[in-house]
Amino acid sequence: MRYIDEFRSGEIARALTSELADAMPPGRELALMEVCGGHTHAIYKHGIDELLPPGLELVHGPGCPVCVIPVGRVDDAVSLALEPNVIFTTFGDMMRVPGSKGSLLDARSRGADVRMVYSPLDALELARANPEREVVFFAIGFETTTPSTAITLLQARAQGVQNFTVFCNHVTIAPPLKAILDAPELRLDGLIAPGHVSAVIGSRPYDFIASEYARPVVVAGFEPLDILQSVLMLVRQLAAGRAEVENQYTRVVREQGNPRALEAIEQTMELRDSFEWRGLGSIPKSGLRLREEFADWDAERRYEVPGISVPDHKACQCGQVLRGLVKPWECKVFGTACTPERPIGTCMVSSEGACAAYYHYGRNRPKRVKIQT
Amino acid sequence: MSNERRPRRKSRFHDERITLVHGAGGKASRNLVEAVFLEELANPLLDPLGDSALIEVGGTKLAFTTDAHVVQPLFFSGGDIGSLAVNGTVNDIAVAGARPIALSAAFVLEEGLPVADLRRVVASMAEAARQAGVVIAAGDTKVVERGRGDGLTVTTAAIGLVDDRVELGAEKVRAGDKVLVSGSLGDHGMAVMIARGNLELEVEISSDSASVFPLAESLFALGADLRWLRDPTRGGLATTLNELTEASGLCAVLEEKALPVHEQVAAACEILGLDPLYVANEGKLIAVVAADRAEEALALLRAQPLGAEAVIVGEIEPEPAGLVLLQTAFGGSRVVDMLTGDPLPRIC
Repeated sequence: MRYIDEFRSGEIARALTSELADAMPPGRELALMEVCGGHTHAIYKHGIDELLPPGLELVHGPGCPVCVIPVGRVDDAVSLALEPNVIFTTFGDMMRVPGSKGSLLDARSRGADVRMVYSPLDALELARANPEREVVFFAIGFETTTPSTAITLLQARAQGVQNFTVFCNHVTIAPPLKAILDAPELRLDGLIAPGHVSAVIGSRPYDFIASEYARPVVVAGFEPLDILQSVLMLVRQLAAGRAEVENQYTRVVREQGNPRALEAIEQTMELRDSFEWRGLGSIPKSGLRLREEFADWDAERRYEVPGISVPDHKACQCGQVLRGLVKPWECKVFGTACTPERPIGTCMVSSEGACAAYYHYGRNRPKRVKIQT
Repeated sequence: MSNERRPRRKSRFHDERITLVHGAGGKASRNLVEAVFLEELANPLLDPLGDSALIEVGGTKLAFTTDAHVVQPLFFSGGDIGSLAVNGTVNDIAVAGARPIALSAAFVLEEGLPVADLRRVVASMAEAARQAGVVIAAGDTKVVERGRGDGLTVTTAAIGLVDDRVELGAEKVRAGDKVLVSGSLGDHGMAVMIARGNLELEVEISSDSASVFPLAESLFALGADLRWLRDPTRGGLATTLNELTEASGLCAVLEEKALPVHEQVAAACEILGLDPLYVANEGKLIAVVAADRAEEALALLRAQPLGAEAVIVGEIEPEPAGLVLLQTAFGGSRVVDMLTGDPLPRIC
């Protein structure tokens, strides 16, 4: 397949792998965080981790949109879905995330009208097709998915659609990275930055990582060669003692991002004072809500939602997994009490979750010893 | 398959209500079957949970199976619920090592269903039956109120005559055996997903719905060197092979580069974030054969019109027990797990 096979060439991978081994600074152990769950998934799906030289470890980061939604917000979603006359629309992955009183899929089996959509525009279309019903869209995700919600809101307003609201859970990528870099428990040598988020926000928002934390950053694409090349770029920076923001994903990402997408977000949403993240707790200025001008389309203003912060299941270590502190297989319940079909935590549910990636693709791997610092 | 003994563990099943996951053909479906159905209905014919039960009547070995068909939309590129019902049932008989003889079909019709649609479905069944060389020997019809029937559902049953040259089963499979597939993967599942019309993908993908009996029959000549046959429907090649490795305690290693996937299907899967290994097929055969007969088996399959694209995709190894592994084209390896839940397009 054109534009795909070129980026999955085993031959080029072998060449890159040997360059990577040569580039490793002698005697050092390096830990690089792949921030995005899409990267985690690609790493296991293509077996990239098996091609890395000794002394180089990849650590999973918080960039999984489903994973970071805390239990309380899932409960709020279930409560909205159970409102009379509501059609509750969501991306498929979110349906299986357990709340404290079951998942959206459970709510559906109890009679709630929960429907999977592929885009918020589909939810808006559903509202127009069902004027006698109320359609709520469960908006989740980083800056990758935020613009599509923003555009949908602008269209809803332009078309005067009154029976459509958004339950906004959009989050931004920079604050959790800062929280992870500030945490004393983890030493990271560099970051593989998320490609699709960066297509929207550009590469500048990572400048603080290079300037304030002296860590190199490479914005990476999602094909296996993209990831391998990004790892090589990071290792070369580290070997040369550089800490810069570089862009490997030049075919998609511009330094300034996508101004029109950013403009749409700016028009419709604003930062919340604080937003709760699974595993990371409340982080100031890290989540978005709808602006006052869009109050009519804000599900949190139209309906009563419990809005209660609910602690994670006692046994669940998703929080530590999302912060890179615990590898999926080190979690006490991984693969036993927590499996993709009976997940306890979000990291096992989402196709981008580190636990699901490892469970589905990596169970043949010898358990690696974590680099402890 | 008749002799395929699954380790019967006490199933844990905590779900309080049926959700769609129970119908997706993966682990949840199997847990439901084991914990709810086998719990009450267990008997030597049912227990192996093969595609067909093997029954001996007066010295004659019969294969017996049943299948319920619900598909939305009822018509899609390359087939419809009628051809699907016939072929799916015929295929369950064929992979048991048997020649399909006769089918029954029970229809639940929803009030308001256009008779023209019903005619089209029945004509399609007749054509599929003719091609598969079976008759539809018995039937039943019920009508339910509007809103309670999903248009039309069909439940079929079939009997077939077991070919005495072969004895198939997971326990016949040996390390070193080769895994063959009769053609491209994922065509049916993608055709139906596209026909639902909400993906706005403009691709030409047709369902592969067809009887695999001619393919299966061509392999019966291998006798005991033909170890195991399946048609990888819901859950795709991945889930079907996992059932084999779990039942046999062996490992199947697939070569990613060898997997036959049509470009359109690969592209659609790529866009949606789906894996063709998990997408349903309705006219394909997976065969495990002794290594020294693998090339012969390949030639036999390729001599059939439906088997022109047949390939050897992997082999059976002793370890790691119970897993399906994939050697990636990129140079790494990974586990190919059973399907969990429905395959869902990714978010971003």
